[in-house]
Amino acid sequence: MNYIWPIFRREFAAYFATPLAYVFIVIFLFAMGAFTFYIGNFYENGVADLSVFFGYHPWLYLFLVPAIAMRLWAEERRSGTMELLLTLPVPLWATVLGKYLAAWAFTGVALALTFPIWLTVNFLGAPDNGVILAGYIGSFLMAGGYLAIGACISAATDNQVIAFVVSVVVCFLFTISGAPLVIEFFRAWAPLTLVTAISSFSFLTHFMAISSGVIDLRDVIFFFSLIALFLSANVVLIDLRR
Amino acid sequence: MIQIEGLTKKFGPIAAVAGIDLKVAKGEVLGFLGPNGAGKSTTMKMVTGYLTPTTGRVRICGHDIESDLLAAQREIGYLPEGAPAYGDMTPRQFLKFIADVRGFRGEQAKLAVATAIAKTELDPVLEQPIDTLSKGFKRRVGLAQAILHDPPVLIMDEPTDGLDPNQKHSVRALIRAMAPQKAIIVSTHLLEEVEAICTRAVIIDRGRVVADGTPAQLLARSRHHNAVTLALPIAQADIARAKLKSLNSVGSVEQIKRQDGTAELTAFPKNGALLIEDVSALAVAEKWDVRELYAEAGRLDEVFRAITTHDAARARERSA
Repeated sequence: MNYIWPIFRREFAAYFATPLAYVFIVIFLFAMGAFTFYIGNFYENGVADLSVFFGYHPWLYLFLVPAIAMRLWAEERRSGTMELLLTLPVPLWATVLGKYLAAWAFTGVALALTFPIWLTVNFLGAPDNGVILAGYIGSFLMAGGYLAIGACISAATDNQVIAFVVSVVVCFLFTISGAPLVIEFFRAWAPLTLVTAISSFSFLTHFMAISSGVIDLRDVIFFFSLIALFLSANVVLIDLRR
Repeated sequence: MIQIEGLTKKFGPIAAVAGIDLKVAKGEVLGFLGPNGAGKSTTMKMVTGYLTPTTGRVRICGHDIESDLLAAQREIGYLPEGAPAYGDMTPRQFLKFIADVRGFRGEQAKLAVATAIAKTELDPVLEQPIDTLSKGFKRRVGLAQAILHDPPVLIMDEPTDGLDPNQKHSVRALIRAMAPQKAIIVSTHLLEEVEAICTRAVIIDRGRVVADGTPAQLLARSRHHNAVTLALPIAQADIARAKLKSLNSVGSVEQIKRQDGTAELTAFPKNGALLIEDVSALAVAEKWDVRELYAEAGRLDEVFRAITTHDAARARERSA
């Protein structure tokens, strides 16, 4: 903790020292609102819940989270601060974790700022706030998953554009791996266990499960182990390039 | 305090560092010289733990850089090439962060930051983002970061690169002041810097140490070591030249015609003999109209050029 905290604090403050945080938050909130109210027809549905709102989260994260993650390591390399950071007496895992947690906390702030939607739905009706809370938890976990993938890919390249594009593609694959299109493609030739394994990697399936109001330990473990996996890969990738 | 044994680093087929052995003791300021691409920065990156050596070992105050990385890194202050820093932070925030990471807390942290600021004279720019600072101040922020924890081992990659003469002078004064308590490695392209601050100079070329000695020892390898130059009217030049050549201690004489109508004669000694007495006695005896007369200690750039390879030659060799 003594190692992680200074790294976390600097990284988190860095988001707000540049326009990055404000631009990101404004666009995030604007997009959330637009999707929920205009495309999702929130009012016309006449149902006092936030399932429409949460339904768009995976697709928004797909582009917005890699945008945060792409600079995580690529930027340190470009500016040369990587050398400074890795010659400070901090274990590599703590540096990786500190930077990651700062980015995750930042997406958490953006997510928390969607609270007017929650106020709106409570004003209009009597929603099940437990389900909504579960939705927020699921959404936060899912953002963490996307972020871990993006951070890992950012560590593999010096180029932020490449980091962004590759992250979007990988995140997309993880998002839809449970969709019929993908499953049908594999079912034709792959053994059933593999098909099940692939579909179980779907962010969408796990997120939907949590946001339906049932916080199943398996879904939570899924996200945490995925995060742990990609952060470990992140550490290894940085180590390999030394 | 710094022990380097058989250090190598390969990037693919290219050996950037091809076997370096060095020991640096407390009180030494080691000037690390070499052409671009000779392996200076790569060596420093391995010594500080940023890069992993392909083979060989590095020990800092007894701590092995690979098996005991954090303990070794605690003893090191490092100024990487170009003095990288987080541009959106102010020097004060940045140094606080470094103090934080290095485990200073409360009053201790304040004191460490204040001392580093005072030593590097950063006061005027403390609250400006580092991105907006001049090159000289940026370099000093990097230096402040490196010395903040008063490390026994200090490694600096081109600390005075891009500074104006006043700034160079103050950075060198700072290094000299710290030298007795620390083991210091400084890489540089500026040969005058070696003479100004280093107790020892190591020249590396193509990843190997090709010269290691005090600046005076290196100067002794120069053709100009103990050479004597005198300037006199052009009319006397030919006779003077012949007379100089006839001296036993003189090996050869070179002549340059100057714009102001005088000729400059440089007498090179045989076997490094001291020439100045013979030459000045001759000048007096012959009643030459001498305008200038001086002996040279040697030229480091000459030594440097003689023992290192040109990059064009290196590229040819690599592609062959």
